[in-house]
Amino acid sequence: MTVTDPARVDLPVSTRRDRAAVRSPWRQPLAIVGAALVVLWVLVALLAPLLAPHGPLDQLAPKLQAPSGEYLFGTDELGRDVFSRVVYGSRISLPLACLLVVLATVLGAVVGTIAGFFGGWVDSILMRLADLVFAFPGIILAMAVAAALGPQLRNAVLAVVVVSWPSYARLVRGLVLSARNSEYVAASRLLGSSALRTMLVDLRPNIAGPVLVMAALDVGNAVLLLSGLSFLGLGAQPPAAEWGAMVAAGAANFDRWWIGLFPGLAILTVVLAFNFVGDTLRDALDPRTARAIRD
Amino acid sequence: MLRFLARRIGAAALLCVGITLVSFILTQLVPGDPAAANLGQRAIADPAAVDAFRSKYGLDKPLPVQYLTYLGNVLRGNLGESQQSHRAVAQDLAEYVPATIELALFAIVLSLLVGVAFGVLAAITRDRWPDQVLRVVSLGGVSMPTFWVALVAFYLLFFKFGLLPGGGRLDPGMNAPPHVTGFYTVDAALAGQWDVCSSAALHLVLPSLVLAVYTVGMLMRFTRASMLEILGNDYVRAARAKGLPERVVIVRHVLRPALVAIITVAGVAFGSLLSGAVLVENIFSWPGLGQYAYRSAVNLDLPAIMGVSVVVAAVYIVMNLLVDLLYGVIDPRIRLT
Amino acid sequence: MGALLEVENLTVWLATRRGPQKAVDDVSFHVDAGEIFGLAGESGSGKTMTAMALLGLLPHAARTSGRAVFDGRDLLSMSAKQLRSVRGRHIAMVSQDPSTSLHPMLTVETQLTEHMRHHLGLGRSEARGRATELLATVRIPDPERALSAHPAQFSGGMRQRIAIAVALACQPRLLLADEPTTALDVTVQAGILRLLDRLRREQDLAVVVITHDLGVMSAVTDRICVMYGGRLAETGPRQDVLNQPRHPYTRGLLDALPHPEGGAAALRPVPGSPPPLGRVPEGCPFHPRCGFALPSCRTERPAPVLVGEAHTSACPPDPLGGAA
Repeated sequence: MTVTDPARVDLPVSTRRDRAAVRSPWRQPLAIVGAALVVLWVLVALLAPLLAPHGPLDQLAPKLQAPSGEYLFGTDELGRDVFSRVVYGSRISLPLACLLVVLATVLGAVVGTIAGFFGGWVDSILMRLADLVFAFPGIILAMAVAAALGPQLRNAVLAVVVVSWPSYARLVRGLVLSARNSEYVAASRLLGSSALRTMLVDLRPNIAGPVLVMAALDVGNAVLLLSGLSFLGLGAQPPAAEWGAMVAAGAANFDRWWIGLFPGLAILTVVLAFNFVGDTLRDALDPRTARAIRD
Repeated sequence: MLRFLARRIGAAALLCVGITLVSFILTQLVPGDPAAANLGQRAIADPAAVDAFRSKYGLDKPLPVQYLTYLGNVLRGNLGESQQSHRAVAQDLAEYVPATIELALFAIVLSLLVGVAFGVLAAITRDRWPDQVLRVVSLGGVSMPTFWVALVAFYLLFFKFGLLPGGGRLDPGMNAPPHVTGFYTVDAALAGQWDVCSSAALHLVLPSLVLAVYTVGMLMRFTRASMLEILGNDYVRAARAKGLPERVVIVRHVLRPALVAIITVAGVAFGSLLSGAVLVENIFSWPGLGQYAYRSAVNLDLPAIMGVSVVVAAVYIVMNLLVDLLYGVIDPRIRLT
Repeated sequence: MGALLEVENLTVWLATRRGPQKAVDDVSFHVDAGEIFGLAGESGSGKTMTAMALLGLLPHAARTSGRAVFDGRDLLSMSAKQLRSVRGRHIAMVSQDPSTSLHPMLTVETQLTEHMRHHLGLGRSEARGRATELLATVRIPDPERALSAHPAQFSGGMRQRIAIAVALACQPRLLLADEPTTALDVTVQAGILRLLDRLRREQDLAVVVITHDLGVMSAVTDRICVMYGGRLAETGPRQDVLNQPRHPYTRGLLDALPHPEGGAAALRPVPGSPPPLGRVPEGCPFHPRCGFALPSCRTERPAPVLVGEAHTSACPPDPLGGAA
C-alpha cells in the first residue's frame, strides 16, 4: 500500500532549503553582527566594575565636562562619569528586558493556550481582553499603568508586561487552533491521549519555535518601552544609572550633547542587536508562521 | 457592506467602553486613600469630614456603581480635574489635542510616502543590494528610541546648524490663526495668513521627521513583506504574460492589493506616532497632548494621565475604524460580502 | 508556408541548491498556424517550463539555450522590452486555475482592456466595446454587466471563459493554455475545450494545450508531443500517437487512462514516479520505469527517430514497433 507519494512529500522541504541557500550569504551577516552585539553587551554588564573607571553614582569634581581622555563620554550635571553610568546601565536594562519578556511570554502563552484549547466563551473573553490592550498604543497604556502603580522601576516592568502579553496570547492561540485541527493531534487522541496530555506534550514543540522568535524580536521593544517610561520619569528613579533616565537628563541639558547621546546609543545598539537576530530567525521560520508573528 | 460597517462600528464602540473600564480600574489601583490625599492630615482624623467627602464623590457606593458614574461622566465629556492645572482635564485636552493630531497626520503622511516607496523598492530588488541596505535602514528605524532621536535631531538641526525651527508651533511673536480646526496650517490658510501658514508648516518638519523614523522603518518592512507575498501569486504572472510594462504590473497588480495590508498597519503606525508624540513633544516644546502627558506623568497627575490615555485610545480606535472602512474602498471582496 | 512557432533544441536550466539543473532538455517541436498542439506529460516533465521559456517568464535565475522562432523572430534572444511587445499581443497565456490567475481586486473590464489599450492603443470606450464583444464570444451571459463585476462573482467555468477572453483580447496568433481545464468540473471541461476548438477555427489561432490529461488531448488536438524528464518522448499526429504509441511511456500513460468498456481492471498505472528536478537519470530518462528497458537504455541517450509520417519517438529499441 502506497499512501504517500514520495515526490510530493519531498518537494516543499527541498524548495525551502533552496530558498534558504539563495538568501543565506547575505542574511547571516546581520544575525552575526546582532549576536556579537548581544554578547558584547552581556559581557559589559557582567564586567561592569572592571570596565567602568568610576562608580555609577560617584560625583567627581568637574560637572558638565565634554568628553576627553579622562572622561571618555564626559560628565553630567552632577559631575558623574557618563561612560561609567552607560556601562552600569546595562546591568539594569538587559536583565529587566529579558525578565519582562519571559513574564510576558509565559503569561501570553498560558492565556493563548487556554483560549485556543477550550474555545467558546473562555476564548471570547480572553481575546476581547487582548483586543482591549491592543486598543491602546503601547506606551500610553504602560504610562497609565506605571503611573497608577507608582513610579518605580518594578512597576514599570509590570506595566510593560501588561502591554506585551496579548501578542503572545494571539500567536499561541492561533498555533494551538491550527495544531488542534491537524492530523497528528487527531491521531494522538485516537491513540487514547487525554486532552491535557495532548496539549502539553504534542503541541509544545510546534509552538515553541515561533514563540521564541517573537520573544527575541520583543526584547528590543521591551528595552524601548522600559527606557521610554524611565525617560518620562515613571521607571527608574534618580540617581539610578538607567539609560532612558539618562537621556532625559540629556534633554534637560541639551546643549551638552554627550549627556544624552551616549546612553541613547546604548539603547539603540541593544535594540538593534536583538532586532537583527530576531529578524533573521523569523526568516528561518516557514512563511506562514512568520506571517502570524508579523500580524 | 452595511453589515460590515455596522459590525466594525459596534466593535469600536465596545472597545471605547472597554478603555473607560481599564482607566477606571487603573484609578482604583492607586495605593492610598483618595480621601486622605485630598483632605489632608487633619481632616482625616474627623470621621464626619471623611464620610462627607466620600459621599460627595460617590466613594461610599459599590464599585460597579462608581464605574457607571464615571462612565456617565466620561460620556458627558467630564474627565475629572487636573491636580496640576486645577482645570477640567477635558478642557485641557481640547486645547492640546489638535496640535498633536496635526503633527501625527503630518508624520503619518510622510511615513507612508517614504515607507511604502522604500518597501516597494526593497521588494522589487529582493536580495540584491538595495534590498539589503534598506533592510538595515528599516531595522535601524524601528530600533531607535524616539525620544533620543528627538534630542539628537534637535541638537543638530536646530541648535548646532539652525536648519529648522526648534520649538513651538509658530515663530516667536507670531499670533495663532483664528481657531477653526485647531490645525495651524489649515487655519492660517483659511484665514489667508500665508506667512503664518508657512511658519506653522516649517515648525512641523522637525518633530514629524523624528516621529517618522520609527514608522518609516515599520511600514517599509511591512510593505516589502506584503509585496513579496503578492508577487508570488498567479495573477501577477498572468499580468506579466499580458505584456504590460513592469511599472503597471507593480503598481496596479501588486501594490494595490498590498495596500490593503499596508493600510492596516498604517492604523497601528498612527498609534505609535501618538505614543512617540508623548515622548518627544516636550523636547520640541510642542504644545500638544504629548507635552501635557509628559508634564502629567512627571508630576503624577493621575486624572490627567488617565484622560490622555482615554483620549489617545479613542483617537486610535477611530483611526483604526477609518482604516477598516478604507478596506471596503480598496478591496471589492469586502464590499461584496 | 513555415510554422508559426519553431522550437529548436530548447534547454532550460533552473537554479537550485545543487546548482543549475536542466528542467527542459534539448526539446524541438513546431506549431503551425491554426492548429491545436498538445504538450503532454506528468508534473515535472518540463512542459510548463517550456511554455514559460517561450513567454520569457522563467524565474529570475533561470537560463536558456536553443532557439524559439515565432513569426520569424527568436523569442529567446529578445530583449525584455521586445518580449513585452510580443507577450499578450501575439502570444497569450491561459493558466490552470482561473480563481488565482484573475486578479481578485480588479474589475473584469480593467483586466480585459488594460493590455488592449497598451498594445493596440485603444481608447477607453473602444476597448470597452471590444471587451463586450469578447465576453460575448466566450459566451458570458450579459457581457455589459459582467464588465463591471469582479472575478469572485463568477463560477469557475465562467472565470476560465473570462481568462480566455483576456488572453484573446489583442487577437494573438498563439495561445499557450497551461492545464486549462484541470481545475474545472468535468462537465465544464468539455465546454472550455469546445470553446478553444471553435476559437481556433474562427480566429485562425494556434493553441498549445499543456496537460497531463491524455483525455483532453484526444478531444481537441491535431498533434501531440509527450514529454518526460524534461525531454521529448514522442511527437506526432494525434491519431498516430494515441492509437499506435511507439514510446513505452506514451503507452503507459494510455494504459493508465480509464476505458469506458474496460472497468477498473483495465487501469494500469505506470509504476514508480517521474524524476524530480536534478534527479533525471543518465541515458533514457524513462529507463528505471520502463518494462522494455535494455542495458543500453541506461547509458545511451536516445535521440528521436522517425517512426511514421511526421511521427517521431525517442526510443530506438522501438519495442512497440511491431505491436501495431
